[in-house]
Amino acid sequence: MMDSIEITLNGEPRRVARGLTVAALLAELGLHPGLVVVEHNREILERARLAETPIAAGDVLELVHFVGGG
Amino acid sequence: MTTTTLQEVRDDPLVIAGRTFQSRLIVGTGKYRDNETMVRAIEASGAEMVTVAVRRVDLDRTKEEGILYHLDPERIFILPNTAGCYTAEEAVRYARLARAAGLNDWVKLEVIGDQRTLLPDVAATLEAARILVAEGFKVLAYTNEDVVTALRLEDAGCAAVMPLASPIGSGLGLVNPYYIREIKRRLSVPVIVDAGVGTASDACITMEQGVDGVLMNTAIAEARDPVAMARAMRHAIVAGRLAYLAGRMPRREVAVPSSPLEGMLDAAPAGGGAGRPA
Repeated sequence: MMDSIEITLNGEPRRVARGLTVAALLAELGLHPGLVVVEHNREILERARLAETPIAAGDVLELVHFVGGG
Repeated sequence: MTTTTLQEVRDDPLVIAGRTFQSRLIVGTGKYRDNETMVRAIEASGAEMVTVAVRRVDLDRTKEEGILYHLDPERIFILPNTAGCYTAEEAVRYARLARAAGLNDWVKLEVIGDQRTLLPDVAATLEAARILVAEGFKVLAYTNEDVVTALRLEDAGCAAVMPLASPIGSGLGLVNPYYIREIKRRLSVPVIVDAGVGTASDACITMEQGVDGVLMNTAIAEARDPVAMARAMRHAIVAGRLAYLAGRMPRREVAVPSSPLEGMLDAAPAGGGAGRPA
Protein backbone atom coordinates (compact mmCIF):
# COMPACT_ATOMS: atom_id res chain seq x y z
CA MET A 1 0.00 0.00 0.00
CA MET A 2 1.60 3.20 -1.21
CA ASP A 3 -0.59 5.49 0.83
CA SER A 4 -0.04 3.91 4.20
CA ILE A 5 2.90 3.56 6.52
CA GLU A 6 3.59 1.17 9.35
CA ILE A 7 3.99 2.45 12.88
CA THR A 8 3.97 0.88 16.32
CA LEU A 9 0.95 1.97 18.29
CA ASN A 10 0.69 0.90 21.93
CA GLY A 11 3.08 -1.93 21.27
CA GLU A 12 1.27 -3.28 18.20
CA PRO A 13 2.15 -2.79 14.53
CA ARG A 14 -0.45 -0.69 12.75
CA ARG A 15 -0.83 0.84 9.30
CA VAL A 16 -1.97 4.43 9.12
CA ALA A 17 -2.41 6.87 6.22
CA ARG A 18 0.71 8.66 5.08
CA GLY A 19 0.80 12.29 6.15
CA LEU A 20 -1.53 11.76 9.12
CA THR A 21 -0.94 14.05 12.09
CA VAL A 22 -1.12 12.77 15.66
CA ALA A 23 -4.26 14.83 16.25
CA ALA A 24 -5.89 13.24 13.19
CA LEU A 25 -4.93 9.78 14.43
CA LEU A 26 -6.59 10.46 17.80
CA ALA A 27 -9.72 11.65 16.02
CA GLU A 28 -9.71 8.53 13.85
CA LEU A 29 -9.49 6.39 16.99
CA GLY A 30 -12.29 8.33 18.64
CA LEU A 31 -10.06 9.53 21.49
CA HIS A 32 -10.56 12.82 23.28
CA PRO A 33 -7.19 14.63 23.08
CA GLY A 34 -7.81 16.20 26.50
CA LEU A 35 -7.97 12.79 28.17
CA VAL A 36 -5.03 11.11 26.48
CA VAL A 37 -1.30 11.65 26.79
CA VAL A 38 0.82 10.90 23.74
CA GLU A 39 4.39 9.70 23.83
CA HIS A 40 5.98 9.99 20.38
CA ASN A 41 9.25 8.11 19.92
CA ARG A 42 9.79 8.21 23.69
CA GLU A 43 9.17 11.96 23.94
CA ILE A 44 6.02 13.35 25.49
CA LEU A 45 4.07 15.28 22.90
CA GLU A 46 2.43 18.37 24.32
CA ARG A 47 -1.22 18.78 23.44
CA ALA A 48 -0.56 22.06 21.65
CA ARG A 49 1.68 20.19 19.20
CA LEU A 50 -0.65 17.28 18.40
CA ALA A 51 -2.10 18.96 15.31
CA GLU A 52 1.26 20.00 13.87
CA THR A 53 3.08 16.71 14.40
CA PRO A 54 3.06 14.35 11.40
CA ILE A 55 3.46 10.62 11.88
CA ALA A 56 6.37 9.03 10.00
CA ALA A 57 7.00 5.43 9.05
CA GLY A 58 8.50 3.48 11.92
CA ASP A 59 7.29 5.91 14.59
CA VAL A 60 6.53 4.49 17.99
CA LEU A 61 3.47 6.00 19.62
CA GLU A 62 2.11 5.35 23.07
CA LEU A 63 -1.34 6.60 23.99
CA VAL A 64 -1.97 6.50 27.71
CA HIS A 65 -4.60 7.66 30.14
CA PHE A 66 -5.58 7.28 33.79
CA VAL A 67 -7.21 4.06 34.92
CA GLY A 68 -8.20 2.75 38.34
CA GLY A 69 -5.22 2.03 40.57
CA GLY A 70 -4.03 2.09 44.14
CA MET B 1 -20.11 16.49 62.10
CA THR B 2 -16.84 14.69 61.89
CA THR B 3 -14.97 17.92 61.34
CA THR B 4 -16.68 19.55 64.31
CA THR B 5 -15.62 16.70 66.57
CA LEU B 6 -12.01 17.03 65.46
CA GLN B 7 -12.08 20.78 65.90
CA GLU B 8 -13.17 20.29 69.48
CA VAL B 9 -9.86 18.59 70.19
CA ARG B 10 -8.00 21.17 68.09
CA ASP B 11 -6.59 18.94 65.41
CA ASP B 12 -4.84 20.49 62.44
CA PRO B 13 -5.87 19.43 58.97
CA LEU B 14 -3.57 17.28 56.87
CA VAL B 15 -1.32 19.51 54.76
CA ILE B 16 0.81 18.01 52.00
CA ALA B 17 2.96 20.26 49.82
CA GLY B 18 0.90 23.26 50.90
CA ARG B 19 -2.43 21.66 50.02
CA THR B 20 -4.94 21.14 52.83
CA PHE B 21 -7.10 18.05 53.23
CA GLN B 22 -9.81 17.67 55.87
CA SER B 23 -9.88 13.91 55.43
CA ARG B 24 -6.89 11.83 56.48
CA LEU B 25 -8.01 8.97 54.28
CA ILE B 26 -6.71 8.60 50.74
CA VAL B 27 -8.25 5.85 48.60
CA GLY B 28 -7.29 3.98 45.48
CA THR B 29 -9.55 3.47 42.50
CA GLY B 30 -8.42 0.00 41.39
CA LYS B 31 -10.10 -3.40 41.53
CA TYR B 32 -13.72 -2.23 41.79
CA ARG B 33 -16.28 -4.46 40.16
CA ASP B 34 -17.74 -1.45 38.36
CA ASN B 35 -17.29 2.29 38.17
CA GLU B 36 -20.55 3.11 39.88
CA THR B 37 -19.50 1.19 43.00
CA MET B 38 -16.13 2.93 42.92
CA VAL B 39 -17.70 6.39 42.75
CA ARG B 40 -20.12 5.61 45.58
CA ALA B 41 -17.35 4.10 47.72
CA ILE B 42 -15.15 7.16 47.27
CA GLU B 43 -18.03 9.36 48.29
CA ALA B 44 -18.76 7.22 51.36
CA SER B 45 -15.09 7.26 52.36
CA GLY B 46 -15.02 11.06 52.54
CA ALA B 47 -11.60 10.99 50.86
CA GLU B 48 -10.54 14.15 49.07
CA MET B 49 -7.67 12.55 47.21
CA VAL B 50 -7.67 9.36 45.13
CA THR B 51 -4.89 7.50 43.37
CA VAL B 52 -5.00 6.48 39.72
CA ALA B 53 -2.64 4.51 37.47
CA VAL B 54 -1.21 5.37 34.04
CA ARG B 55 -1.86 2.74 31.39
CA ARG B 56 -2.17 2.34 27.65
CA VAL B 57 -5.52 3.30 26.17
CA ASP B 58 -7.36 0.16 25.13
CA LEU B 59 -7.71 0.78 21.39
CA ASP B 60 -10.25 -2.01 21.02
CA ARG B 61 -12.46 -0.13 23.47
CA THR B 62 -13.61 -3.41 24.92
CA LYS B 63 -12.74 -2.33 28.45
CA GLU B 64 -13.91 0.64 30.46
CA GLU B 65 -12.88 4.02 29.26
CA GLY B 66 -10.46 6.17 31.23
CA ILE B 67 -11.24 6.92 34.83
CA LEU B 68 -11.67 10.65 34.25
CA TYR B 69 -14.99 9.82 32.60
CA HIS B 70 -16.13 8.87 36.12
CA LEU B 71 -14.21 11.19 38.46
CA ASP B 72 -14.28 14.97 38.37
CA PRO B 73 -10.80 16.37 39.08
CA GLU B 74 -12.45 19.61 40.19
CA ARG B 75 -14.12 17.77 43.04
CA ILE B 76 -11.52 15.20 43.97
CA PHE B 77 -7.75 15.56 43.89
CA ILE B 78 -6.16 13.05 41.53
CA LEU B 79 -2.88 11.49 42.64
CA PRO B 80 -1.29 9.53 39.78
CA ASN B 81 0.89 6.59 40.75
CA THR B 82 3.79 4.76 39.16
CA ALA B 83 2.45 1.36 40.18
CA GLY B 84 3.90 -1.56 38.30
CA CYS B 85 7.26 0.10 37.71
CA TYR B 86 10.38 -1.88 38.58
CA THR B 87 13.12 0.65 37.77
CA ALA B 88 13.71 4.31 38.56
CA GLU B 89 13.79 5.10 34.84
CA GLU B 90 10.41 3.49 34.26
CA ALA B 91 8.86 5.27 37.25
CA VAL B 92 10.17 8.63 36.04
CA ARG B 93 8.67 7.95 32.60
CA TYR B 94 5.25 7.18 34.09
CA ALA B 95 5.39 10.23 36.34
CA ARG B 96 6.16 12.50 33.38
CA LEU B 97 3.29 10.99 31.39
CA ALA B 98 0.98 11.56 34.36
CA ARG B 99 2.02 15.19 34.66
CA ALA B 100 1.49 15.71 30.94
CA ALA B 101 -2.19 14.88 31.53
CA GLY B 102 -2.31 18.41 32.89
CA LEU B 103 -4.04 17.91 36.23
CA ASN B 104 -1.20 18.51 38.70
CA ASP B 105 2.46 17.77 39.31
CA TRP B 106 1.96 15.28 42.13
CA VAL B 107 2.99 11.65 41.97
CA LYS B 108 2.69 8.67 44.22
CA LEU B 109 6.10 7.21 43.53
CA GLU B 110 6.23 3.46 43.69
CA VAL B 111 9.18 1.38 42.48
CA ILE B 112 8.69 -2.30 43.15
CA GLY B 113 11.63 -4.57 43.84
CA ASP B 114 10.04 -7.99 44.27
CA GLN B 115 7.07 -9.56 42.52
CA ARG B 116 5.95 -11.87 45.30
CA THR B 117 5.83 -9.31 48.10
CA LEU B 118 5.59 -6.14 45.97
CA LEU B 119 8.03 -4.66 48.46
CA PRO B 120 9.67 -1.47 47.25
CA ASP B 121 13.15 -1.20 45.74
CA VAL B 122 14.26 1.55 48.09
CA ALA B 123 17.47 2.42 46.22
CA ALA B 124 15.54 2.86 42.97
CA THR B 125 12.78 4.75 44.79
CA LEU B 126 15.33 7.17 46.20
CA GLU B 127 16.97 7.61 42.81
CA ALA B 128 13.63 8.31 41.12
CA ALA B 129 12.58 10.64 43.95
CA ARG B 130 15.67 12.80 43.47
CA ILE B 131 15.07 13.08 39.71
CA LEU B 132 11.38 13.90 40.10
CA VAL B 133 11.89 16.44 42.89
CA ALA B 134 14.49 18.19 40.70
CA GLU B 135 11.88 18.33 37.94
CA GLY B 136 9.41 20.03 40.25
CA PHE B 137 7.20 17.09 41.12
CA LYS B 138 5.50 16.80 44.48
CA VAL B 139 6.62 13.31 45.34
CA LEU B 140 4.71 11.11 47.79
CA ALA B 141 6.99 8.11 48.10
CA TYR B 142 5.79 4.60 48.87
CA THR B 143 8.44 2.82 50.91
CA ASN B 144 8.91 0.08 53.48
CA GLU B 145 8.81 0.74 57.21
CA ASP B 146 12.54 1.42 57.42
CA VAL B 147 13.32 4.69 59.19
CA VAL B 148 16.64 5.20 57.40
CA THR B 149 15.02 5.08 53.96
CA ALA B 150 12.21 7.31 55.19
CA LEU B 151 14.73 9.90 56.38
CA ARG B 152 16.57 9.77 53.05
CA LEU B 153 13.35 10.23 51.11
CA GLU B 154 12.59 13.27 53.23
CA ASP B 155 16.09 14.61 52.62
CA ALA B 156 15.57 14.05 48.90
CA GLY B 157 12.68 16.51 49.07
CA CYS B 158 9.65 14.23 49.09
CA ALA B 159 6.42 15.98 50.04
CA ALA B 160 5.27 12.95 52.03
CA VAL B 161 6.70 9.57 52.93
CA MET B 162 4.40 6.56 52.73
CA PRO B 163 5.60 3.47 54.59
CA LEU B 164 3.58 0.30 54.24
CA ALA B 165 1.55 -1.33 56.99
CA SER B 166 2.08 -4.70 55.27
CA PRO B 167 2.39 -5.81 51.63
CA ILE B 168 0.13 -4.27 48.98
CA GLY B 169 -3.20 -6.06 48.75
CA SER B 170 -2.37 -8.41 51.64
CA GLY B 171 -4.86 -7.10 54.17
CA LEU B 172 -2.49 -8.18 56.95
CA GLY B 173 -2.85 -4.90 58.81
CA LEU B 174 -0.14 -3.02 60.67
CA VAL B 175 2.67 -5.53 61.25
CA ASN B 176 5.23 -3.16 62.69
CA PRO B 177 3.71 -0.37 64.77
CA TYR B 178 7.01 0.45 66.45
CA TYR B 179 8.80 1.20 63.15
CA ILE B 180 5.85 3.26 61.95
CA ARG B 181 5.86 5.30 65.18
CA GLU B 182 9.60 5.80 64.87
CA ILE B 183 9.26 7.06 61.29
CA LYS B 184 6.55 9.47 62.42
CA ARG B 185 8.71 10.66 65.33
CA ARG B 186 11.70 11.32 63.11
CA LEU B 187 10.19 12.94 60.00
CA SER B 188 8.89 16.46 59.53
CA VAL B 189 6.98 15.80 56.31
CA PRO B 190 3.61 14.01 56.55
CA VAL B 191 3.75 10.24 57.06
CA ILE B 192 0.95 8.41 55.27
CA VAL B 193 0.72 4.66 55.83
CA ASP B 194 0.13 3.10 52.43
CA ALA B 195 -0.86 -0.51 51.81
CA GLY B 196 -1.77 -3.50 53.94
CA VAL B 197 -4.84 -2.30 55.81
CA GLY B 198 -7.50 -5.03 55.69
CA THR B 199 -10.40 -3.76 57.74
CA ALA B 200 -11.53 -0.82 59.85
CA SER B 201 -9.69 -1.88 63.01
CA ASP B 202 -6.41 -1.96 61.03
CA ALA B 203 -7.02 1.60 59.87
CA CYS B 204 -7.87 2.70 63.40
CA ILE B 205 -4.80 1.06 64.95
CA THR B 206 -2.64 2.62 62.25
CA MET B 207 -3.97 6.10 62.96
CA GLU B 208 -3.48 5.51 66.70
CA GLN B 209 0.27 5.40 66.03
CA GLY B 210 0.08 9.14 65.30
CA VAL B 211 0.63 9.02 61.55
CA ASP B 212 -0.87 11.75 59.38
CA GLY B 213 -3.06 9.58 57.20
CA VAL B 214 -3.71 6.23 55.56
CA LEU B 215 -3.91 5.25 51.91
CA MET B 216 -5.85 2.12 51.02
CA ASN B 217 -7.47 0.46 48.05
CA THR B 218 -8.06 -3.29 48.27
CA ALA B 219 -9.60 -3.21 51.76
CA ILE B 220 -12.48 -1.21 50.34
CA ALA B 221 -12.62 -2.51 46.77
CA GLU B 222 -12.56 -6.17 47.77
CA ALA B 223 -14.98 -5.90 50.68
CA ARG B 224 -18.28 -7.70 50.12
CA ASP B 225 -19.94 -4.28 50.31
CA PRO B 226 -17.35 -1.69 49.29
CA VAL B 227 -19.57 1.30 50.00
CA ALA B 228 -20.27 0.15 53.57
CA MET B 229 -16.57 -0.61 54.11
CA ALA B 230 -15.64 2.82 52.80
CA ARG B 231 -17.93 4.36 55.40
CA ALA B 232 -16.41 2.13 58.09
CA MET B 233 -12.94 3.25 57.07
CA ARG B 234 -13.94 6.89 57.23
CA HIS B 235 -15.05 6.45 60.83
CA ALA B 236 -12.06 4.28 61.72
CA ILE B 237 -9.63 6.93 60.50
CA VAL B 238 -11.39 9.61 62.54
CA ALA B 239 -11.63 7.34 65.59
CA GLY B 240 -7.96 6.40 65.41
CA ARG B 241 -6.93 10.02 65.04
CA LEU B 242 -9.07 11.09 67.99
CA ALA B 243 -7.73 8.25 70.14
CA TYR B 244 -4.18 9.27 69.29
CA LEU B 245 -4.88 12.90 70.19
CA ALA B 246 -6.74 11.84 73.33
CA GLY B 247 -3.78 9.80 74.56
CA ARG B 248 -4.44 6.23 75.61
CA MET B 249 -4.23 4.90 79.18
CA PRO B 250 -1.16 2.88 80.13
CA ARG B 251 -1.13 -0.86 79.57
CA ARG B 252 -1.04 -2.84 82.85
CA GLU B 253 -0.65 -6.54 83.42
CA VAL B 254 -2.90 -6.46 86.48
CA ALA B 255 -6.51 -5.44 86.82
CA VAL B 256 -7.48 -2.20 88.50
CA PRO B 257 -11.12 -1.99 89.60
CA SER B 258 -13.23 0.73 88.08
CA SER B 259 -15.70 0.81 91.00
CA PRO B 260 -14.75 2.06 94.50
CA LEU B 261 -13.54 -0.48 97.05
CA GLU B 262 -15.06 1.59 99.84
CA GLY B 263 -18.69 1.13 100.80
CA MET B 264 -18.90 -2.57 100.12
CA LEU B 265 -21.26 -4.59 102.33
CA ASP B 266 -19.89 -7.03 104.93
CA ALA B 267 -18.92 -10.32 103.41
CA ALA B 268 -21.07 -13.37 104.02
CA PRO B 269 -19.80 -15.51 107.00
CA ALA B 270 -18.70 -18.40 104.79
CA GLY B 271 -17.60 -18.69 101.22
CA GLY B 272 -16.68 -15.46 99.46
CA GLY B 273 -14.55 -15.07 96.38
CA ALA B 274 -11.13 -16.62 96.12
CA GLY B 275 -8.37 -14.10 96.72
CA ARG B 276 -10.76 -11.47 98.03
CA PRO B 277 -9.07 -9.03 100.43
CA ALA B 278 -9.84 -9.57 104.08
